[in-house]
Amino acid sequence: MKSDQTVAPERPAATPPPPGPAPEPVSSAQAPRRRPRRPGRWVLVAVMAVLSVPFLFPTWWMATSSMKTASEILRVPPTVWPAAPSLEPYVQVFALQPFAQQYWNSLYIAAVVTIGTILVASLAGYAFARIQFPGANLLFILVLVGLLIPTEVTIVPLFRMVNSLGLIDTHWPLVVIPILGAPSVLATFIMRQFFLGLPHELEEAGRMDGLSRWGIFWRIAFPLARPAIAAVAIFTFLKSWNMYLEPIVYLSSRENFTLPQALTQYVDAYGGPIWNVQLAATTLTVIPVLVVFVVAQRHFIQGLAQTGLKG
Amino acid sequence: MAVLATSLRADRRQRRSAWRRRDAATGLLFVSPAVLGSLAFVIAPLVAVVWYSLHEWNVLAATFTFEGAANYERMLADKALHASLAASGWFSLGLVVLNISLALGLAVLLNQRLPGTTFFRVAFFSPVVVSLVAWTIVWGFLLQVDGGINSALGAVGIDGPNWLRGNVTAMVAVVVVQVFKNVGLNMILFLSALQSVPEEIQEAATLDGAGPWRRFVSITMPMISPTILLVSILTIVGSLETFALIDVLTQGGPGNSTTVLVYYLYRQAFEFNEFGYASAIAVLLFAIVLALTLLQWQTRKRWVFHEV
Repeated sequence: MKSDQTVAPERPAATPPPPGPAPEPVSSAQAPRRRPRRPGRWVLVAVMAVLSVPFLFPTWWMATSSMKTASEILRVPPTVWPAAPSLEPYVQVFALQPFAQQYWNSLYIAAVVTIGTILVASLAGYAFARIQFPGANLLFILVLVGLLIPTEVTIVPLFRMVNSLGLIDTHWPLVVIPILGAPSVLATFIMRQFFLGLPHELEEAGRMDGLSRWGIFWRIAFPLARPAIAAVAIFTFLKSWNMYLEPIVYLSSRENFTLPQALTQYVDAYGGPIWNVQLAATTLTVIPVLVVFVVAQRHFIQGLAQTGLKG
Repeated sequence: MAVLATSLRADRRQRRSAWRRRDAATGLLFVSPAVLGSLAFVIAPLVAVVWYSLHEWNVLAATFTFEGAANYERMLADKALHASLAASGWFSLGLVVLNISLALGLAVLLNQRLPGTTFFRVAFFSPVVVSLVAWTIVWGFLLQVDGGINSALGAVGIDGPNWLRGNVTAMVAVVVVQVFKNVGLNMILFLSALQSVPEEIQEAATLDGAGPWRRFVSITMPMISPTILLVSILTIVGSLETFALIDVLTQGGPGNSTTVLVYYLYRQAFEFNEFGYASAIAVLLFAIVLALTLLQWQTRKRWVFHEV
C-alpha cells in the first residue's frame, strides 16, 4: 500500500513524552505544543473517563460476576462486588467440560500457527522484497488474492477437502490452513514491507563475507526484523486464539474443542447459559492475553505503528 | 597487468552470474510454501466454490447435479437472503460510521497532552485483546432484559427495551458490541497517523487565525486521509466477515433481523446441508468484497491527499 514505509528506529514513540523535564531529545516535530487552557484540559479528561466506562466495565463485570452465586448474578439492582465471593463457579468450569484439555488445545494450536506463520511469511516476504527471480510479480499477486478472501467464502470447499482427507475432528485443518492459506497473507505483506526498507549495505557486507542467500536472510535480515515479527506474532496469536467458525465447522468432540467454542457450551438442560460458570470460564480465557498485553503494551503499539500498517 | 585485470573482471562477472542464478532458485524456494499454500487453500477452493455454485448439492441427500444458474435464480427469489443482505448493509454501515468517527475522536483526544493518556490508551484498547466470544458473552449478559444495561437505565428512571429481542434494538446491540470491541485498533492507527502530521503547518495556520475545528478539517483530515482509506477498507471488509458475534449474541434473530450474509451462508451449508446454494452465496459475498475494495481503490484519488 505504501512503498516508503516506516521502520526508522528513531521514530518517536506513540506517546508524547511525559510533561516535566524532557528526558529524551525532542525533534522539531515534537516541539512542546501550545498548551490548552487549564479548564478545557480537565473537561477533556472527564470526557475520556466517561467514555472509558463501556470499554472497561464489561471486563470488570465479568471478573466479579464469576465469583457470584447464580441467584446473586441476576439480582436487581446488580451488586458491584460479590456479596460472598466464591470460587465454586471455577470448580464447575473444570467439572462440566474437559476445560484444561480445551485450554491446552487453544494454546498449542495458537503457538504452532504463530511460529509457522512467522517462518513462512518472513521467507516469502523477504524473497518478494529482496530477491530477483522469474515470475516474482505474478506469484506475489497470486498470494495477495488471499487478502480479498473472507474465510467464509472458501469454507465449503475447504470443509470438503478436510473431510475427504479424513481429518474432520482433528486439529490439522486449524493448524495447516492458517499457516499456508489466506490468514497468513497479511503477515507476508507486512514482512515484505519491512524488508523493502532494510538498507542494502547490510546485505552487501554479508555477501562480501561469503554468506549464501540463506545465510544473509537467517543471520542478517531475520534478526533485524524483530519489530515486524513481534507485530505479526501478536496478530497471528490473537487471530488463532479467537478462531471460531473453523473449530465449530471442523470439530465435533468436546475434548478436541478450542476455547471460544467451549465457552458457549456451559448451558443448562434447557439451553440457557449457566451464567456464573460461563463467566468464570470466560475470565480464565482472558487472563493470559491481558497479562501479556499489559506487559507488552508499549511494544505492541509501536510494532503496530512501525509495520507499514499505518497509511 | 592489463591481461590480469581483464581476466579478473571476467572471473568476477562469471561468479556474479552464477550467484544470480542460484539466487533466483533460492527466491523461488523461499516463496514456495506461501505460493503452494495459496494455490491449495485459496485459489483451488475459490475455483471450487464457483463450480459448486452451479450445482444442486445436498449433502444429506447425497445429490450433486449440474443445474447451471439455478442457485442464482433462487437467490433472486429468496426473501430471507434479501433480508440478510439488508442486515449486512445496515450492520456494515452502522459499524463503519460509528467505528471511524469514534476511533478518530478518541485518537484526537489522546493526541492532546493530557494527564492520564497512557491509562486511557490502554483502557480504550483493552477490549481488542479480550477474545471476541468472551466479550460477546459478557455483553449478552449485560443486554438481557434484566441485565446490567437495563439496571443502569432503571437507576435513572428509563425502562430499557429487551435489547436482543427487538428487530431494531438487536441490530443496534450487535453494532455497538462490535464497535467497543475493535475501535481501539483503529484508534491506534489514527493516533500514529496524527502524530506524523507536522506541527509547523498547524502553527502556521494558527498564526493565520485558523481555529481548532478549521485546522482539523483543512489540515489534519487531508493529511491523515490515507489512513482513513486504509481503516475504512479494513473495517468494511471486516464487517462482512462477522460471524462469531452474531452466533453468540443473537443467532441471527429475532426473525432474520441480524442474519448477516456470512451467517446465512453458514446456516445454508451446515444447518440445511445445502452446499450448492451456500456456494452461490459465497460467490456473492466474494463479489461484494471485491467490488467494495476496487471501488475504494478507484475513488481514492478524489479524497486522499497524498497517493498511497
